Amino acid sequence: MLGASAGWLPTGILLAVLVSWEALSRAGVISSLLFPAPSAVARTLWESIVDGVMPSNLAATLLRVVPGLALGGLAGALLGLAMGASRRLRLAIDPFVAAIHPMPKITLLPLLMIFFGIGEASKVLVVAIAAFFPMVINTMAGVRQISPLYFEVAESYGASRRKIFSRVLLPGSMPMMLSGVRLSANVAFLITIAVEILAAERGLGALIWLSWEILRVDLLYAAMAVTAVVGLAINTGLYRLATRVVPWQIDRDPSR
Amino acid sequence: MTDADSAVALSCQGVSHSFSSRNGPVEALGEISFTAKPHEFVCILGPSGCGKTTLLKIIAGLLRPTAGRVVFEENRQRGSPQSGLVFQEHGVFPWLNVLDNVAFGLEMRGVARPERRARAHAFVERVGLAAFENHYPHELSVGMQQRVGIARAFVSNIPILLMDEPFGSLDAQTKRGLQEELLRIWSQDRKLVLFVTHDIEEAALLGDRVLVMTGRPGRISEELTIQLERPRDPDRDRIAVSDLRWQIWQLLEADVRRGLSIQV
Repeated sequence: MLGASAGWLPTGILLAVLVSWEALSRAGVISSLLFPAPSAVARTLWESIVDGVMPSNLAATLLRVVPGLALGGLAGALLGLAMGASRRLRLAIDPFVAAIHPMPKITLLPLLMIFFGIGEASKVLVVAIAAFFPMVINTMAGVRQISPLYFEVAESYGASRRKIFSRVLLPGSMPMMLSGVRLSANVAFLITIAVEILAAERGLGALIWLSWEILRVDLLYAAMAVTAVVGLAINTGLYRLATRVVPWQIDRDPSR
Repeated sequence: MTDADSAVALSCQGVSHSFSSRNGPVEALGEISFTAKPHEFVCILGPSGCGKTTLLKIIAGLLRPTAGRVVFEENRQRGSPQSGLVFQEHGVFPWLNVLDNVAFGLEMRGVARPERRARAHAFVERVGLAAFENHYPHELSVGMQQRVGIARAFVSNIPILLMDEPFGSLDAQTKRGLQEELLRIWSQDRKLVLFVTHDIEEAALLGDRVLVMTGRPGRISEELTIQLERPRDPDRDRIAVSDLRWQIWQLLEADVRRGLSIQV
């Protein structure tokens, strides 16, 4: 009973805010220049979808997030597995990972643009570098938190190195790798928008910046709404994926 | 005496183990020697910290003895496992469902998927977990998880089972049920079981022989043959078991008191 009614609460709050915003904006209580009515934003959003502005900018953003995440995430997962499995490698590389990780990766953009030009390569690369770090750290931690007992059981049954990798190391670190993917995806999306605000002609970030420059506040809100929905979709999608890939962990995810 | 009676499945010859600590080398195991026959149920009884687990790990090949050696009946072939481990807890893989956990040992021996699934399925039924075949361990009780571990060890067709206090964390009723079940499965499918426990009654109920270990460094101080007829039953044999328990305790008492520094 409580669960069912509580589920409606966020929707109710959202509706209440939108309705009062609409009313106050129409009544002229709040400036419709700063706070255009939700209906006006919706109309702008619809027009921008129909005339292709929004889809092409969304596509430009996704074409940076997805390859960047794939590149950085894959490299991070591979290095993380290796560092988790090998103490020597971990001791050699971990200090560098720990030192570079806290640095805001957007600071690399100017340097990368000098090396690789102002095209897509430098943008995707900075996204990949940003996505790399959460993945490498989570994967390494994922390997290290596997109880040594599981390796011992597998060994006592005569597991080969390949089987130990596929039956113990990989599945054992999978839950943390998947939360790594989620962190990396969020960082990749964030950096992509930042890069686009700074140095792109197309993309959701570029559209947001353009809207500010030409003072199209309704378009600004529309682009922000799309950005929010994309962020939400990335999170929900990856969460769904995680519950399919690690069904033994569904009941234990603390973030839900 | 038949051949099977005199055969030796496993022999520990002066197995010692020491490790280095900040205060110099620590002798965990001192010269353990014993032999065990195939199909025998040997309980290794001793207080915590006496090196029982270390001994088991050496026999499993997970630890190298500092001195001495473990010899198996047949020469250990590479890639062909000689022993299966059952731990107190966390011995089953949380990421494999019941069927895949039970089939794990078979998979490691290279048994093809359809065959190992069929064999594992039959054993899952035997331990009464057929309805949970596709469940993951976290959906099962600890007692059920231990049944999965036992089923995995037995189905794998390995000659030696190493059990490290498998029922140590269970409540009395569940423990009783699993002891019965283990005896039932073992009587149908005899292999050498080395069963580590600190529970005197459990050792007396399960074992053909009890090796009593004392600690620091761990060594075998007594060896008892349990004459109790098989098949045994925890309820029916409770008086005999309780007598044995008294006998064993008399043997152990001095050591335990020494360990606790109690003066009589």
